[in-house]
Amino acid sequence: MSSSEVRREHVGRSVGRVDGAAKVTGRALYVDDLPARPGELHGAAVRSPVARGLLRSIELDPAFDWSDVTVVRAEDVPDNVVALLVDDQPVLARTRVNHAYEPVVLLACADRGKLERAVAAVRLELEPEPAVLELEAALAAETVISGPDNVQSRYLITKGAADVEAEDRVAASRAAIERALAGCEVVVSGRYSCHHQEHLYLEPNGMVAWWDADGLHATGSIQCPYYVQKGLCRGLRLPAERVHVTQAVTGGGFGGKEEYPTMLALHAALLAQKSGRPVRMVYGRREDIEATTKRHPAVCEVTTGCDRDGTLRVLSLRALYDAGAYVTLTPVVLSRGVLHAGGVYAWRDARIEGLSLATNTPPSGAFRGFGAPQTLWAIERHVDRVARELGRDPAELKRQNLLRVGDSTPTGQVLRGSVGLAECVTAALEASGYRDKRAAPPRVVGRKARGIGCSVVLHGAGFTGSGERRLQGKVAVDLRPGGRLCIRTASTDIGQGTETVFAQIVADAAGVGLADVDFATPCTTHVPDSGPTVASRTVMVVGSIVERAAQKVAARVRAEQAAAGGSFAAAGDRLLAREGAVSALEQYEPPGWVAWDDARYKGDAYPAFAFACDVAEVEVDLDTFEVRVVGFWCAADVGRAVNPVMCKGQLEGGALQAIGWALTEEVVWRDGRILNPRLTNYIVPTALDAPPFETFLVEAPFEHGPGGGAKGIGELPMDGGAPAVAAAIEHATGLVLDGLPLTPERLLAASLARGEVKP
Amino acid sequence: MKIELTVNGVARTLELPPLLRLLDVLRGPLGLTGTKEGCGEGECGTCAVLLDGEPVNACLVPIGQCDGRAVVTVEGLAVDGAPGALGRAMAEHGGAQCGICTPGMMISAEALLVARPAPSAGEVRHALGGTLCRCTGYERIVDSVLRAAAERRGAGEVGP
Repeated sequence: MSSSEVRREHVGRSVGRVDGAAKVTGRALYVDDLPARPGELHGAAVRSPVARGLLRSIELDPAFDWSDVTVVRAEDVPDNVVALLVDDQPVLARTRVNHAYEPVVLLACADRGKLERAVAAVRLELEPEPAVLELEAALAAETVISGPDNVQSRYLITKGAADVEAEDRVAASRAAIERALAGCEVVVSGRYSCHHQEHLYLEPNGMVAWWDADGLHATGSIQCPYYVQKGLCRGLRLPAERVHVTQAVTGGGFGGKEEYPTMLALHAALLAQKSGRPVRMVYGRREDIEATTKRHPAVCEVTTGCDRDGTLRVLSLRALYDAGAYVTLTPVVLSRGVLHAGGVYAWRDARIEGLSLATNTPPSGAFRGFGAPQTLWAIERHVDRVARELGRDPAELKRQNLLRVGDSTPTGQVLRGSVGLAECVTAALEASGYRDKRAAPPRVVGRKARGIGCSVVLHGAGFTGSGERRLQGKVAVDLRPGGRLCIRTASTDIGQGTETVFAQIVADAAGVGLADVDFATPCTTHVPDSGPTVASRTVMVVGSIVERAAQKVAARVRAEQAAAGGSFAAAGDRLLAREGAVSALEQYEPPGWVAWDDARYKGDAYPAFAFACDVAEVEVDLDTFEVRVVGFWCAADVGRAVNPVMCKGQLEGGALQAIGWALTEEVVWRDGRILNPRLTNYIVPTALDAPPFETFLVEAPFEHGPGGGAKGIGELPMDGGAPAVAAAIEHATGLVLDGLPLTPERLLAASLARGEVKP
Repeated sequence: MKIELTVNGVARTLELPPLLRLLDVLRGPLGLTGTKEGCGEGECGTCAVLLDGEPVNACLVPIGQCDGRAVVTVEGLAVDGAPGALGRAMAEHGGAQCGICTPGMMISAEALLVARPAPSAGEVRHALGGTLCRCTGYERIVDSVLRAAAERRGAGEVGP
């Protein structure tokens, strides 16, 4: 059945959440709601109080009664490695610690109160060493903590004049891009920085682990069951068939439950192994903020050249990312960062260099946007700066230079279609009244000044380059009695609505009702490895094979119907009676034209990009420099909205997370420790801080997307919020801020620097 | 300490240390895990329950203070185990995503709708201001509560 013949009764409709009733009645069981298993213990970690040091000894207070406390040390770990990209991170520190809060000892006890006292009765004797705590210090490399120079990974993208063949490509391309810049009519430089962000999913990380005759079981709040399984197999030296990882209902992830739960699962499993009892570990908020990953801080240095008429020509950008103490997923984050660094503009010549640097801070990790918000913050702020130099309206300058079908990105990827950029810009600018509001001087009423600003962004869906080909994500759709279909996938629903949109896709692909579709609990023993629930890939990549699998199973039932009559359910039951099992297992294969050169970082970075234009209107208190976002308009090209309300919910929720990152969310550090690991002083937006959102869906279908052309949009809304807010503040106050967060203190400092306010 | 209270309309007698958190009593001995813990210090509102009709953070209430009082949790907002108008609106109109804040949101919204059956969007935001959501941006929660209010009034549409 070709896509044009598919009757779409469910895709495109805002059906309610299929898991909604369980969630609104309190029936949904999150990990900490699971009943205690017989003999279950609580587990805890003893963590390093210092950022860097040698671990001399671990002493258990002899006055404490340890008789009912299980103690696990590094030497108890069969293979002391958290398996991710590089084997540099131990499950438990053995001879040294590389960041504050690094786990050193694990404890388990049935009595939670006693467990807390036991943690306090462990003394770590540490000899502190000089720590590297900032990007600049890492780059200066006066103290070296990783490799020869603290540089942990590096990328170089070159296009046009910068794309030179030479033994030293780094130096030769730098010289070439400088020549190209020298030939431009207008050259503008800037430096843009951004900071850590805490995911603050409202359900903290949690895991329950136990052992039985089948091996090891771990059930938790996770995005990626197979990542956890891989980590458990490695750390405990177990074959995959002995490790059973199950997702409990998960209360938000945003990347924070992508790689981190592997560590937590190892901890719970080790305690369970040594104690011979089930072990539950659920973090409190403080431990969750202190110990888990954050968004990578970054600094981008940008120089561009353009014509006097505003045509952007040449881009030179260097991005530095703070990886923290271990590699975790940083090279992939940095990759996505450099691949998005050109923004939505058609550069003739480009040189984009990315470096990640090691510091003695807790490892930075996956967080919605995955490296792209950092470079998009830089390029959007920079194009605003270019507009200022040219005396142009930034939105008009952006519109003039937008990528179009047939244009190429810095990696040389020619955009083949599904580019709804211009429509997004038009829709957001018109709905917000941007032009009129910009044309008039900023409105000042009393001590409040209003301003409006816009950003235009893109986000590639799916794994980068050859990633999806390597990943070979799989799903299965099974026929069940009564004509029901069951989706088996490792793509988890962490709130974004996977279960619902997959059911919609299956219902249409198979021509059955939504109520006839089930979603199997993601457990590595029962579902195929669909790849991780990350990278805006769930709908576009995994959804496309879900669609195909459903079509195949349904086609078999329809053939049986045609041959011997009866309803879909009756024909299905006959097939099942005859064959025992009827199922389709599908594996993802990227479109044939996707070509990627990992060595030279050239080619089709992503099969498709989603696009968005964000407009923020702010009110700035000129006495206190508090900023309120009073309106937010987003128009996003999503390809095809499978469920418009849920799609808008993703866009709005992501935008508010971006607004929080921009304005109030600041992790405050001292000596490598976090001063505000609490909801009292790590400030995320409330319903009263959030602006009203007006969200518009633009549909420029991607020919290989499911449901008639859906693209991935989970991360897109994280990209544009911060630069739109900064542009609006600039419009309201004239203050140009190039570093996040845009706190009142920073606005005051900028105002003082301009000599406006006397201290 | 002997504590007599009603929970979701059912009379309960408990013998417990008075300083136990109401949250732990609900989730532990009473088996009502619908009420969630997000921070343990009264900042996130995830553990909100109604205490004599008033929304309170169950992580900050000692069980000793509940003697002779009535507690309603998210389970108590369901009608024979099925979602009521508020729950249906949250599930159908984007008010719930990951669902972990949903019980607290529904409790705060219920308290508002009892007091003000026809609230404005601003009043809804104010009532929900003590409960954090990291998924939705709040727009669809506000919309869900307004829709539920309309349905409960029998007006059938959002207004005014």
